[in-house]
Amino acid sequence: MDFNFTEEQTMLRDMVRKFVDKEIKPLAQQIDKEHNVDLVKSIFKKGSALGLYGTPFPEAYGGSGMGETGYAILIEELSRGCASTSVTIGAHIGLAGMSILIGGNEEQKKKYLSSIASGEKMGAYALTEPGAGSDAASLQLSAKEEGDDYILNGTKLWITNGDIADIIVVYGLTNPELKARGGITAFIVEAPSAGFSANRIEDKMGLRGSATAELVFENVRVPKENVLGKVGMGFAIAMETLDESRLSLAAACIGAAKEVLSMSVDFSKKRVAFKQAIASFQAIQFMIADMSAEIYQMESIVYRTAWLYDQGKKIPREGAICKLFCSEALDRIVDKAVQIHGGNGFMGEHPVERFYRDSRVNRIFEGTSEIQRMVIAEDVIKNGSD
Amino acid sequence: MNIAACIKQVPATESKIRPSTDGKDIDRTGLSYVVNPYDEFGVEEGLKIKEQLGDGSVTAISIGGEKVAEALRTCLAVGSDQAIHIQDDAIEGSDGHAIARILAAALKKSDYDIIFFGRQAIDDDSGAIGIHVADLMGLPHVAGINKLEIIPDEKRAVANRQIEGATEVIEISLPAIFTCQKGLNEPRYASLPGIMKAKQKPMTVLSLSDLEISADSVDSSKAKTTVIKIESPPARSAGIIIEGSPSEAVAELIRLLREEAKVL
Repeated sequence: MDFNFTEEQTMLRDMVRKFVDKEIKPLAQQIDKEHNVDLVKSIFKKGSALGLYGTPFPEAYGGSGMGETGYAILIEELSRGCASTSVTIGAHIGLAGMSILIGGNEEQKKKYLSSIASGEKMGAYALTEPGAGSDAASLQLSAKEEGDDYILNGTKLWITNGDIADIIVVYGLTNPELKARGGITAFIVEAPSAGFSANRIEDKMGLRGSATAELVFENVRVPKENVLGKVGMGFAIAMETLDESRLSLAAACIGAAKEVLSMSVDFSKKRVAFKQAIASFQAIQFMIADMSAEIYQMESIVYRTAWLYDQGKKIPREGAICKLFCSEALDRIVDKAVQIHGGNGFMGEHPVERFYRDSRVNRIFEGTSEIQRMVIAEDVIKNGSD
Repeated sequence: MNIAACIKQVPATESKIRPSTDGKDIDRTGLSYVVNPYDEFGVEEGLKIKEQLGDGSVTAISIGGEKVAEALRTCLAVGSDQAIHIQDDAIEGSDGHAIARILAAALKKSDYDIIFFGRQAIDDDSGAIGIHVADLMGLPHVAGINKLEIIPDEKRAVANRQIEGATEVIEISLPAIFTCQKGLNEPRYASLPGIMKAKQKPMTVLSLSDLEISADSVDSSKAKTTVIKIESPPARSAGIIIEGSPSEAVAELIRLLREEAKVL
């Protein structure tokens, strides 16, 4: 057993940390206050010059072959700075890119995955619909075969990067009878496309600098060669992609948790009450201890699971456990962080307030906590407790 | 241009530094290390010159134990072509003079046109090595540069350095040594492909015997300078709050300044 990061993994962490400290942290408050997607896009561009988006992908497609572990390191570090930026990059790599890596044929990977890895094109993943969130299998977007094309009609909702992406992996219904059992197909849709439009959704509790959009498909023609994998394989691709991306979402929670812990420690050493730094009070110390203990657990399960995934193991249960535990732990941690900061923590000028708002969605998107519990329980009951 | 950048691995800037128990070094437990930020300016300037001229080579050079390989690998990841790691147990405890001799011996092995150092290392702040090496190698140097222009055909360079209230512009013939000051450039980040390639780039490990330097001659007993003590600055005593009405407080303050602080 070896829990050490390799030299390359350590260098990746150091490099991303430097990048976050210099290029992202100074802008994070502004990004949030102004809902400034343009700033996030400019950071995205700088990141592509460093080759960040190829982290998990094989070298054959312009990646660096650093696997899920490398990807988790990248996302953890990005999340120390700005959740909006981290989610933008996460949807690009972990949802759009991973869908293509998991489901795509050689030609599709060469054409689309390479441009995602280089950052030349931005990716999005469109599964959720107004009437299909947790119950993804009941999606309605229709995809009808017509000559050499499929014609897409319907609406997708709350799609990260939806209105700024160039490549969108869209899940549609090719056979309404079969539904999730072979009736759902994934398509690679290039934007702009005739009949495709995207409307930005601005009013969110957090992630205010990440572009969230409603996507409308009105007779959008997609060539058959852009069917990801095979017709009817869409649901399997969507679910396997989510297994992996749930893990990176958990990694994002670690970064945010470490950042607010560090802010809380700094604050508690400086803030004086009753003539002493509040760090000297046991009530504050216990909160710091609990935060630190949870972070240790988060790190332990996420990197263990990333390692498993890199060994080629499928991780439906483990990914769900990481996502469930880390998103809920993060909420407990940001809550304590705000408590330690007192009135300051309630004020918009303090970054801890932003982390508090940005954290909440982690228990909801990419499968709610309730869905994670269902996934875990189903797997444990079916396959045993080990 | 054949360019060398001498670098030192130093404790990360955010590290909490404490004297070691024997009081002659710092306590190194749990410290994380980085490439000395001033030395990064040297590496970056080397890479920029190589890019501008469209050819050349940048060699990163360092002295120290096993761990120093990580710092050199970082230099390779940002774009240096090769690295030289001088590693020898006998160097433990060597003083600045010995370090300069060792570096000069290593630098003499190749015909470098330009040799960069940081203006100082952020750990001991001695600021001596680059200038010392210039002396030992008989090369001209400019210390603390914040701008550099190379005229390759004439084997010349023009360097700027900031002095009190003015900029000094110095012309110098190559080969030469420069120590780098903040403002010279903005060091680039390692790229991910750069990180992946770093391990494949050549890293030569040299011992003292490779450099024809006797272990004995760099021994701490032969040191020309010796660190006697490293100690933390004295803790600041708490301030005094003078209570009372403004006129009483001022009277009391004057009394204290006169009688206690003895500054009036």
